[in-house]
This record gives sequence, structure tokens and C-alpha cells, in this order.
Amino acid sequence: MELFLYTALFSPLVGSLFAALFGASPKTKIAGIVPSILLGVSFLSSLILLVLVMGTGLTLHVEMMTWMATGDLYIPFGFVVDEVSVTMMIVVTLVSTVVHVYAIGYMDHDKGFNRFFSYLSAFVFSMMILVMSDNFAGLFIGWEGVGLCSWLLIGFWYHKESASWAANEAFIMNRIADLGMLIGIFLIYWNTGTLQYEEAFAVMPSLSTDILTWMGIFLFIGAMGKSAQFPLHTWLADAMEGPTPVSALIHAATMVTAGVYLVVRANPLYELIPSVGLFIASLGAFVALFAASMALVNRDMKRVIAYSTLSQLGYMFAAAGLGAYWVALFHLMAHAFFKALLFLGAGNVMHAMHDELDPFKMGGLSKVMKGTFLMMTIASVALAGIFPLAGFFSKDLILEVAFVEHHYIIYTVLLFTAGLTAFYSFRLVALIFHGEDRYKLFGIHPHEAYKFMLIAMSPLLLLAIIAGAFKMSYFEMVTNLLPATEYHVHSAATYWIMTIGTQIFVALAILYAYKKYTRKDIVVPDGTSKMENSFAYKLLINQYYIPYFYQEYIVKAYRELSEVFWTKIDQKVVDATVDGIANVFYQTGERTRVMQSGNLSTMLKWMVAGTVALLSLAVVFGLAARYSAEIKTFLSGLGV
Amino acid sequence: MEIGLNHYLVLSTILFAIGLLGVIRRKNLLMLFFATEILLNSVNISFAAISHYYGDLTGQMFAFFVIAIAASEVAVGLGLLIVWHKKHNNIDLDSMSTMRG
Repeated sequence: MELFLYTALFSPLVGSLFAALFGASPKTKIAGIVPSILLGVSFLSSLILLVLVMGTGLTLHVEMMTWMATGDLYIPFGFVVDEVSVTMMIVVTLVSTVVHVYAIGYMDHDKGFNRFFSYLSAFVFSMMILVMSDNFAGLFIGWEGVGLCSWLLIGFWYHKESASWAANEAFIMNRIADLGMLIGIFLIYWNTGTLQYEEAFAVMPSLSTDILTWMGIFLFIGAMGKSAQFPLHTWLADAMEGPTPVSALIHAATMVTAGVYLVVRANPLYELIPSVGLFIASLGAFVALFAASMALVNRDMKRVIAYSTLSQLGYMFAAAGLGAYWVALFHLMAHAFFKALLFLGAGNVMHAMHDELDPFKMGGLSKVMKGTFLMMTIASVALAGIFPLAGFFSKDLILEVAFVEHHYIIYTVLLFTAGLTAFYSFRLVALIFHGEDRYKLFGIHPHEAYKFMLIAMSPLLLLAIIAGAFKMSYFEMVTNLLPATEYHVHSAATYWIMTIGTQIFVALAILYAYKKYTRKDIVVPDGTSKMENSFAYKLLINQYYIPYFYQEYIVKAYRELSEVFWTKIDQKVVDATVDGIANVFYQTGERTRVMQSGNLSTMLKWMVAGTVALLSLAVVFGLAARYSAEIKTFLSGLGV
Repeated sequence: MEIGLNHYLVLSTILFAIGLLGVIRRKNLLMLFFATEILLNSVNISFAAISHYYGDLTGQMFAFFVIAIAASEVAVGLGLLIVWHKKHNNIDLDSMSTMRG
């Protein structure tokens, strides 16, 4: 069985290195096909492992080799395949296989084709390390690895200034959060003496609540960065500068869910500190609403989907914070399927529209892009949580959790957000696919994507529809490891009212979006309409002025501080000291070089001077040694 | 007055000082050689005197070695000096600055 584990883990690395061989050469199809096949192999291995774990209930734990062993510190390269990591492995390998195949078509005309696949496979490898590691150090390696690959891929079109800026923003924000995570890991090591999950979690119940709270907070700061939770959320929307397959894989399905994975993985810790859990849940609910509100007005198709991702991550954290770890993980899985599908559909639309992102300039595309239209509509229905698609089972479950746990404010916020989600999803679908053919005004001739791209997307389509059916078998499997709380509303009447009420609310939101955005008189907004000048619209389109605030009060202040440090401290103190030392030697050399006149008689004089100096030193030291006792008494008499 | 060790040592010191002064001041290469000889022989005097004082022959042996080495050094030095004189027609120390960096 170890064979499958290693195959699943290392196939992406082999694929990445293979594609890297062609990094500098012109586009070759093989650089895309081989990594895709290897990822397929990785997916099949993960599937076999899933069957094994599900069927026998066994978990696989291997130690490949020792990484660090000094004193009490022992960190191996250990990997674990249990109910949680195998879920993540399936999600990661499935979505990445689909995205790889899709990207062969999507990146067809790009000069960096080979480079792209090298980065993308390297990302999958890092992600696999992250989810399979059996200790916090390995998790951290994967954590940084995905951060690096994310940076490489957001800034893939590095010649665009906006892309490299967005890449740096994402990288720096993640570094800030990673510091918190690192402190959390140090705290764990100091207090438990180990970084292995099992051993560390076994010790934790005996520690004081204060220490556990700090651990939980710092680990969660790391999760906040990676999962783009408020206030570190701005990078995710800007990360849409990367190619769309990257957005689908990294910024929707896998990397951004690593934070949720961390909280789920550390569930024995968070079980012990319910107050931090409540904070996580509240922040999650807040982010869900906050991000959904920004998605309502945004005019960039990919950004709308990015905000939607942010909002759904909020849902996951709300569930995880309330202790419903398996629900969070289930929503993570379902969300990965339909959100990746939605992104890939958006990629098709972008291709058709020659990289136009404003849905107001599209309209009526359902006539020319039937396949994409179908897929994006179903993905949006799943996202909105309409029965019987995946989103209904996972998202409504989170609402139930909040209700059953008596957190009615969180419940209300999440319910309201569900309506917003439905509205903005179908605002997008309506603007892109229905209404007048506004794209004709811009002289664009849209066309459907390659057939194999649509076929590659079909597994996601299938899963977006049927993933909900696995709920009970998934529950049985994953609760071997996670707390097995079933969330049932006590009275059947309340349950039906809640479920049907939510469905009606969501359906109304969809209808309203359709009605509002399929009208004949929709025009490309030009900033003159009454709505666009209202305060609420301006607040939302400017993302609550948070990026502005960061730019003005953090980036600028930091820059000015750096200038001060540069001109005052670095140049005046550090540089001056170093230059001063160098100057002493330089000046000494300049002054004493006249000694080397090349004149023999001068040299002889210096020789004599040296001899005299050495002789006098010898005499002084000789006297000092001779009279050392007397000197000591003399000095002690002086009180030295 | 009995001539003792101190007298020899004082003589040696005086000779050494004269030699040292010669090394510093003289510009004529031949005179420089003389000054070096005075230096070496002043040391020889103190070697012989101290050797006699302690009744140990090692010092006098050393003096012989110094004389032998001084002789060979002068032989080499004079050879070079003659070559230099043939080439440049002077033996002024200040003119020898071809090694100047």
C-alpha cells in the first residue's frame, strides 16, 4: 500500500520536473500531456487509498526518512493517509487532473506553455505534502511550497505590471500570516516537545488553557492568510490576474482551503478552546457576508467568483469553528468541485470574449456556447444550494449546524448570505448568457472552447450534481477521526420550515437576479446612472475602501518609514560605520606608503627603528615579568 | 684597574652604536659594508667576553661562526658591488632604487 502513497505523492513532482526540462524550449504538447497523465496516476492511487481507508478503516502511516534529529528534536519526513488527508488528496488530485487537461487547451496559444505546467505540477506536489504530512513541520513545508507556486502562477504573465504586483501582494500577505503560523508551531513544540500530530494532540489536554488559546490563535492567523480571511483577504481578488486554470485550482479549490484543512486537522486543539472556535465561526460568518456583498456589484467576472470563494470559505470556517469539522470538510469538497467548474467555465467565456472580463459587455452567449452555459448554470445552481445539487447538502448543513448550536446570529447572517450568493451567481449567469447580444457592439465573435476542454470539465459537472449523495457514507468514514456529531433539528416541522424556507428564499433571489439582469435595456454602465453614484454602490465597488486604506495607511506609511531607515539609519549609521572602518585602513595605507620609497638607506633606517622598537618591548615585558608581584600590589593599592 | 666583563660589554655596545649609526648614515656602499662588519664584530666581542666570563666555550665557537659567515657575506657583497660599479660607475646607495614599487 505504501507504493500507492508514494505514487500519489511523487507523480506530480516527476511531472513538474519533466515539464521543467522543456522550460526554455518552445511550446511542446508533450510538456502538458505527461504531467496530466502523471496526475491522473496520482488521482488513481489516491482513489485506491480512499477505497482502502473507506473499506477497511485502516490508516496508513509511513516514515520515509529522518529529516532532523538533534537532541530532543526529531522530525521525520512522515506521511499519513487517514480519513481527513485522503479526502484532501482526492479533491486535490481530481481537480488538478481536470485543470491540467483543461489547461492544455486553455494555454494553447501561450508562449510559456511548458513553464506553466512545470509550476502547476509543482503546486500539486506541494499541496500533497501539505495534506499528507504527519507533522507540523512537513505541513509548513507544503504551506510555503504552495505559497511559492501561487506566487509563480499569479505572476505567470510577469510582463504585466498588475500581475507581478498581485503576485507580490499575495506572497507578502501570506508571509505575514505565516509568521503567526510559525509562532503557533513553535508554541506547540515548546509545550508538547514534539511536532507529530498524534503525540502533540495527546499532550494538549494536560496543558493550561491560556497556552492552548495562544496556540489556537496563532495557528489560525496562518489559516487566515492562506484562506484569505478578513483582514488579510485583499490578495485573493487581486490574484485573479493569474491564468484562469490557476484561479480554478489554487484560488478556489485547493490552496485557499488549506486554512480550513489546518483547523480541521488541529481539531483536538480547537475542541479544547471553544472560545477561539466561536471567534473563528463569527469571523467566518462575517467574511461570508462581507465577501458576498462585494460580489454583488463587481464588474469583473473572475473577481465575482473570487469573492464567492471567499464567502464560501467563510461558511467553512463557520462550520469548523462551531465544532462541525466534518461538515466543514464536506463543504470544502463539494465547493471545490462546483467552484472549479465555475472558474473553468469563466475561462471558456474569457477565451470566447478575447479576455474581456466585464459581464456587461457580454450577454446572449448561451446561443454560441451551449456547453459552457450548461456547466456554469449547473455550477451556479450548486453554489446557490438548490436541491438536489451538491451545495444543498453541504451548505444547508452548515446553516443547520449554526441553528442547532443555538448561534442564531451566525445562522441569520449565513442564511442572508445564501440569498446574496444566489443573487450574485445568477446576476453573472444572466449577464453573460442571457439578454441582448451586447458583445456585438464591441466587434467580438465568440466561439465555444475545444471539445476536450469541455470533456475534461465533465467529471466536475457530474460531481457538482451528485456529490451530495455521498453525504452519509462520507460521514461514516470521516468521523472515525473527527468528532461524530450529527446535526438534526429537533422537531421535524422546524426542519421542513427551515429547509423549504431557505430553498424559497434562494429561488426568489435567483428569480430576482434573472428578472433584473435579462432586461432588454441593460447597457454597459458608464458611471452616470443613479445607482452607480449611490453611497452603497461606491462602498462595495471600492471593496469597503480597504485596499485604499491599506495603500494609504500601511503601504505608504511603511514606505516612508523605510525611507527614514534608509537615509537616516542605514546610510548614516550602518554604512558610515563600515565605511569608517575601511577608511581607517585606507588612510593608514595612504600615509605609510611613503615608507616604501625603494631607497636602501631609508629601508635600513626603518629596519633599525623596528629593531629598537622590538628591543624596547622585550625590555618592558622582561621588566614587567620580573616585577609582576610588585606591580600587582601597586595596582591593588590603587584600588583597581 | 682590573679589566672586567663590564668593560668589554661597554666596548661592545659602543662599537655596536657606531656600527648602527654607520648603517643609518652612510651613503657609500663600501662604507656600509664596513659598518656592518663593525656591528658583527661588536657582537663577537661580547660573545667572547661572556664566554670567558662563564668559562663556557660555546660563545667563542659562535664568534668563529659569525666571522666565517661575515667573511662569506662580504665576499658576495663585494662581488655584487664590483659588478654594480662596472655597470653604473658609482656605488652611491641612493641611486639603487630600481626595486621601488
